[in-house]
Amino acid sequence: MPLPDLENPHLAKHSVSTRAAGSEPHIDTEPELPEWWLAAKQAAWERFNELPLPTRLDERWRFSKLSGLALDSYALTREERAAQTMSQRAHHPMEEEAHETPYQCPTLPPFERAATLCFHGQTLVHGVELPEELAERGVIFEPLTEALATHGDFLRDYFHKYPTELGSEKFTALNTALTNTGAILYVPAGVEIAEPFLVEHSVEGEHAAAFPHTLVILGERAKATLVEHFTSDTEAPQLVSAVSDLHAAAGAQLTYIGVQDWSPAALALHSSAIAVERDARVLSINLHLGGAQVRHESHSRLLAPGAHSDMCSLSIAHGHQEFDQRTLQTHAAPNTSSDLLYKNALLGHAHTIFSGLIVVEPDAQKTNAYQSNRNLFLSPDAHADSLPGLEIEANDVRCTHGSTSYRIDPEQLYYLLSRGIPPAAANEMLVFGFFEEVLNKLNDTHPALRDALSTFTQQKFKATQSA
Amino acid sequence: MSAFSPSIASDDAPTSASQDKGVLAPNPVAGIDQTRGDFTYDVEYEYDAGVGLSEATVRYISQVKKEAPWLLDFRLKALKKFESMPLPTHWATKDLENIHFDKIRYYLAQGQKPKRTWDEVPDDIKETFERLGIPEQERKFLAGVEAQFDSEAAYSNIKSIVAKQGVIFVNSTEGLREHPELFRKFFGKVIPTGDNKFAALNSAVFSGGSFIYVPPGVKVAQPLQAYFRINAENFGQFERTLIIADEGAEVDYMEGCTAPKFSTSTLHSAVVELVALKGAKIRYITVQNWANNVFNLVTKRGLAHEEAEIKWIDCNIGSRLTMKYPGVILRGRKARGEVISIALANDGQHQDTGAKMVHAADETTSNIISKSISVGQGRATYRGLVQMGKGLKGCKNNTECDALLINTNSRTDTYPAITVRGDKHATQHEASVSKVSEELIFYMQQRGLTEAQAMSLSVNGFINDLASQFPMEYSVELKRLIDLEMEGSVG
Repeated sequence: MPLPDLENPHLAKHSVSTRAAGSEPHIDTEPELPEWWLAAKQAAWERFNELPLPTRLDERWRFSKLSGLALDSYALTREERAAQTMSQRAHHPMEEEAHETPYQCPTLPPFERAATLCFHGQTLVHGVELPEELAERGVIFEPLTEALATHGDFLRDYFHKYPTELGSEKFTALNTALTNTGAILYVPAGVEIAEPFLVEHSVEGEHAAAFPHTLVILGERAKATLVEHFTSDTEAPQLVSAVSDLHAAAGAQLTYIGVQDWSPAALALHSSAIAVERDARVLSINLHLGGAQVRHESHSRLLAPGAHSDMCSLSIAHGHQEFDQRTLQTHAAPNTSSDLLYKNALLGHAHTIFSGLIVVEPDAQKTNAYQSNRNLFLSPDAHADSLPGLEIEANDVRCTHGSTSYRIDPEQLYYLLSRGIPPAAANEMLVFGFFEEVLNKLNDTHPALRDALSTFTQQKFKATQSA
Repeated sequence: MSAFSPSIASDDAPTSASQDKGVLAPNPVAGIDQTRGDFTYDVEYEYDAGVGLSEATVRYISQVKKEAPWLLDFRLKALKKFESMPLPTHWATKDLENIHFDKIRYYLAQGQKPKRTWDEVPDDIKETFERLGIPEQERKFLAGVEAQFDSEAAYSNIKSIVAKQGVIFVNSTEGLREHPELFRKFFGKVIPTGDNKFAALNSAVFSGGSFIYVPPGVKVAQPLQAYFRINAENFGQFERTLIIADEGAEVDYMEGCTAPKFSTSTLHSAVVELVALKGAKIRYITVQNWANNVFNLVTKRGLAHEEAEIKWIDCNIGSRLTMKYPGVILRGRKARGEVISIALANDGQHQDTGAKMVHAADETTSNIISKSISVGQGRATYRGLVQMGKGLKGCKNNTECDALLINTNSRTDTYPAITVRGDKHATQHEASVSKVSEELIFYMQQRGLTEAQAMSLSVNGFINDLASQFPMEYSVELKRLIDLEMEGSVG
């Protein structure tokens, strides 16, 4: 699919004129959502209602707690859907008030960023605007509904272009049908942005349901980083069905960080589809800290030679949390590579599932794929399922995977103790060391972000210890 | 030894079943070895349960075997179970849908009692086993042999020196008749009827297979062997094997199998249960070389008590579809389980093999080593399950799966499932997929080997450490067989 032509006056006019307005409300009229979008929502709603909930016979849900997927208590009725559509039409993003000082997200440690969008529920409560210089170069960073109204035709091709094929079809249909928050990030060809973009989602209220939809499109040789932070204002049950789709055109470099810290009683399902074109590189890191039952699906497609996808995850599972992570690395072209590292630290009665599959399609010779799942047990009552899979249909490939489950190495612990370090601190040190391998992927490009995430995960881990 | 040697068709040989029936996909590469078992005799069957499966079929089998009422009940319940269970196609290949259960003959036998000497065995059946080299092997290195022809054992004998130690080695029908107490105590305990659809089918219509009991402390020096032969077309073979090694006993069991290549598919669905009591050791060696029209759907599981050891050495070369995951339930402290698996999938073949290790006691250890080779359009699949239960400590598992892909359109899959509960265990799983290195081939060619020879040598190197675990006679033949399979496969 060709990326938008910036010479196209229609699109350029939109991206420049809306941004050039500066601090003024930049949408003069209510966003007019495109017809195709409303039709897609209607179709998705019908699909959601048609599709059955997963059953025991569905291998893609093997080991998952299916009883936790009952959606009744969230009252997803047609009426509510109508109400949502109303409010979505009524709200005016970024109109609330002008903040003079950069807005700090409530929980993530600060790091320098290019721009921020902060949603409470479905309302955009705050935003740090895109620097004018980037806006002038055609960068788009807007709330979903606004972007749809202004750039709908261009975005149309990217919505669900490559759906994840990992079992959550019903829930992604629900997302499409009801989504009204989320961000669109588009970086045109050749534009490189060092500072990360931040999208903050906070779900508000008991039994609230949220459907964030994030779409990232990098043009050829573009470079950008997006951080999504998911939180709740409550510890009550909530439902989230999120979609974050990433597209990297030829030679683009995309870094995506998802920091998941939902309400401890939340049921959350998150699908992420990653499309990587020729010589492009995508690094995705997902941190899983919150939620009661969380399923994350991540599907990378290596579409042209030289494409590379790095898929990482770090989970701190405690209490009775269930983190259910399913991945797919589809090598659809020769000379592509992918590297997956999913690490789980298990405390309390937590349950983690890792189910990964590397698929090498018949013509994808010279594929180099790796997949690794490491489970660190910190509790006698924790439970981990690991299903690292391979499906290889080409012979000139290098595909390996590994899965290990272990506890803290007594010899390493003994060494630290013999150096006079107290047991609790020594243990913590070793656990933090376990985390570092994932976060270190950001060392070269985003040291400040790395430190912020490191501090955040360490705080979270300490909180589980004192709980 | 000859379980693999290619046969030279002699003039007086019976007609090759596959000659003009067009069989499945032509398989020029695998054809070489598989002609070995590819012959059939027109045998007059005295007992025939007819075509299709119903309660009457089950009653017929039970009646001709003069079975006790409890066993008929057991069979009928199993039949109901079989009928109620769906095919496991939500995870397994859809090829299972090509089995026509209503077109299969479930019981065919010439007689009910196996002969103790080859002289007594009817000529055509004896001829079959002569051609397969069984009597010769028996003389050479076996402690006992059972030769099953379709549904029943035609021959069964154990060397008197072994029998004097109290070792029982008979077929399952005799086992039930002569040792009912012992048989019933362990029968169906390791693999329950409803374990899977094919275990239920076997439970309903089983016939033949071995019953072995090794008394406490007896170490059987030479292996016991069973040979399974399918002769008839549209036939289903459902042997049932039960091996019990009492405390401190040791036994090796080997099985081989062949069938002629018919144009219709043949079903082989066995259930094998092993029980190793305290400190016992059982080593079970399979060399599966069915013709590639055979659906080979086998359930094999062992129960290892305290400090016992069960080792499955499983080699799959033949069949159209094999689904077989030998398992060990490690029930006693320090029990040990091992699966060594070699699979070779050629054109038109799917080897879906693997292992199951269920750790149900402290300090149990298991090891799974699987190597598969996919040639042509062959597909090799590893499917594994490792479980470590709650409240246990000191369990360890090591799994290694290596796959070698020979041709550009060869396929391999790996589907392990590892479940660990608690922080006192260690598991590690590794898998790799590779092809034969071009540099290696180039080096050997430059030293004067042909490309095919170089390829054979590389492939043999790939499985060498596993092949050496087979008894001598088998490992030599295994290498020869790989050579043959590799011929013409380069490119």
